[in-house]
Amino acid sequence: MGGVGEERRSLPPTLILDALLQHLVNGLVLGGTYALLGIGLTLIFGLMNLVNFAHGEFYTLGAYATFAALALGGLNFFVAIAAAIAVGAVVGALCERVLLRPLRGESIDTTMLVMIGLWIALQNGELLVWGGVAKSIPHPFPTAPLTLGPVGIAPLRVFVVATALVLIVTAWLLIQRTRLGRAMRATFQDRETAALMGVRIGRIHTATFAFGSALAAAAGALLGPIFLAYPSMGDLASLKAFSVVILGGLGNLAGATLGGLLLGIAEELGAGYVSSGYRDAVGFVIIILVLLFRPSGLFARTERIG
Amino acid sequence: MKRAAGALGAVALLTLPLWLANAYHLHVTIMAGIFTILALSLNLLLGYTGQLSLGHAAFFGIGAYTSALLALKLGWPFWLGLPGAAALAGLAGWAIGRLALKVRGAYFVLVTISFAGVISLVSVNWMELTNGPLGLPGVPAPELAGVSLRTKPAYYYLVLAAVAGSYLLCHRLVHSRLGRAFLALRENESLAESVGVDPTRTLVLAAVVSAALAGVAGSLYAHYVRFVSPEVFLFSYTVTMVIMVVAGGKGTLAGPVVGAVLFTALPEALREAMAWQWQMLAYGVLLVLLVFFLPRGIVPTLTAWRR
Repeated sequence: MGGVGEERRSLPPTLILDALLQHLVNGLVLGGTYALLGIGLTLIFGLMNLVNFAHGEFYTLGAYATFAALALGGLNFFVAIAAAIAVGAVVGALCERVLLRPLRGESIDTTMLVMIGLWIALQNGELLVWGGVAKSIPHPFPTAPLTLGPVGIAPLRVFVVATALVLIVTAWLLIQRTRLGRAMRATFQDRETAALMGVRIGRIHTATFAFGSALAAAAGALLGPIFLAYPSMGDLASLKAFSVVILGGLGNLAGATLGGLLLGIAEELGAGYVSSGYRDAVGFVIIILVLLFRPSGLFARTERIG
Repeated sequence: MKRAAGALGAVALLTLPLWLANAYHLHVTIMAGIFTILALSLNLLLGYTGQLSLGHAAFFGIGAYTSALLALKLGWPFWLGLPGAAALAGLAGWAIGRLALKVRGAYFVLVTISFAGVISLVSVNWMELTNGPLGLPGVPAPELAGVSLRTKPAYYYLVLAAVAGSYLLCHRLVHSRLGRAFLALRENESLAESVGVDPTRTLVLAAVVSAALAGVAGSLYAHYVRFVSPEVFLFSYTVTMVIMVVAGGKGTLAGPVVGAVLFTALPEALREAMAWQWQMLAYGVLLVLLVFFLPRGIVPTLTAWRR
């Protein structure tokens, strides 16, 4: 590459490599949580044919539930995160039963609009309860970074990426190995036939929405302590989740997992090498490029959804 | 009977600044007019072709920035800035349409969101052009025959004329051959294709007109508020437009007008009754209730009820 500037060439190559590794590690931490968000959203989209604009609000809910459990409930950090995930699932199930079940069979525009309403209501509900000032979520990990060779990583981030990976694997097992998962996959492939085979579609929808919401809440509970909890945090999370879903192909689970990791890494690289102001643009640009060149997603062998 | 009601409505609109003395109420009316243009513009895509744009704030914002920058940096008058804003927004609509309308559906939604996201970040980060988050103050008020239209009554008439123009444009368009092609594509794409409608070309045309109209609204907004900042790209503007179109009745001409007036006035009315956090919360709940109880929108429901 002849275009590398003088200043840059003056850096020893090992340092450039070290910086790259550091960006990759940071990207992996973000990417793990993006994958959680994306898996939830892609499941909900694929199974329920629902464009869920309230998805990011469950992310916000996860962060605030963790904060509440820690600061007000006095719970242990790990218990608080588990509680936040449970809250996400319960609220998700409730929303599905009350708002979405009566609208089953309505057009995709109608349900999307209800989700936009839910999004506005939840976000302003959070604002009323917690106020507009960002909350910092305390965590028990030491702040000194662990050094692995050239790369430094905060112990909290190690915990976040490890938990995210465990949750991703759990999601996989649930979908591939359990009876509920089989019913979900059947509904995904062909709703009518699944119903004829005795799958109770209503229950599957409730379970799917609760499950997707729990994953979003988990992402919020995990990223909340790294960043801060504030009422509008879910907006960007929703958009990131949509980027991940597009990247992986609508309704494609493996695609959402890889897409999440890829988006996290791409954002870190974009922020590191292009401009930190455009960090959040990376996902958008990826969406546009993917749709331009591979509209069914990067990892799709066949179009999953018509 | 119907004609009399129409004439009465027209007289009421034309004399509105005379009997609506409250400056704040007049301001709300002007904003309702600007939002009417936006809702009409979104309705062309969402209502008539069935494609949902969730990046409409981007076309609005492009219009606002174009018009403001032309006035501030090049000294262009509003009357040249307005077509400039429409042209650039229309160009953006063309690009997005070419890009996304081959895939359509949920993909179109996501491309438009992404486009709005990128444009919004550009407006924050391109300091030299847009002055970043600080925005562009001092956008001049339009002048007509040497008279500045900076007073609210004068601006009201300008916006009223623009709303009437946009409404007529939409009316002509949806009743033209092209408008029938929009509907044909919305209802049955393969059938439309079989009678010679080129789907991508037709949809791109709809996107261009829709985006250009949103650009006009942006220009009107910039020269009214006389300040443009990245807030014009706020996603909540897009959401407001969608609510207006769907609540009013998508795929009808009167629907977006009713929706825009109602959903500009309602939040303002609620503002006096409750704190703004409660008001936004109520807004969300109201949207859900509307979908449950008036799924087709106000205008189609009323029309059906009258028959």
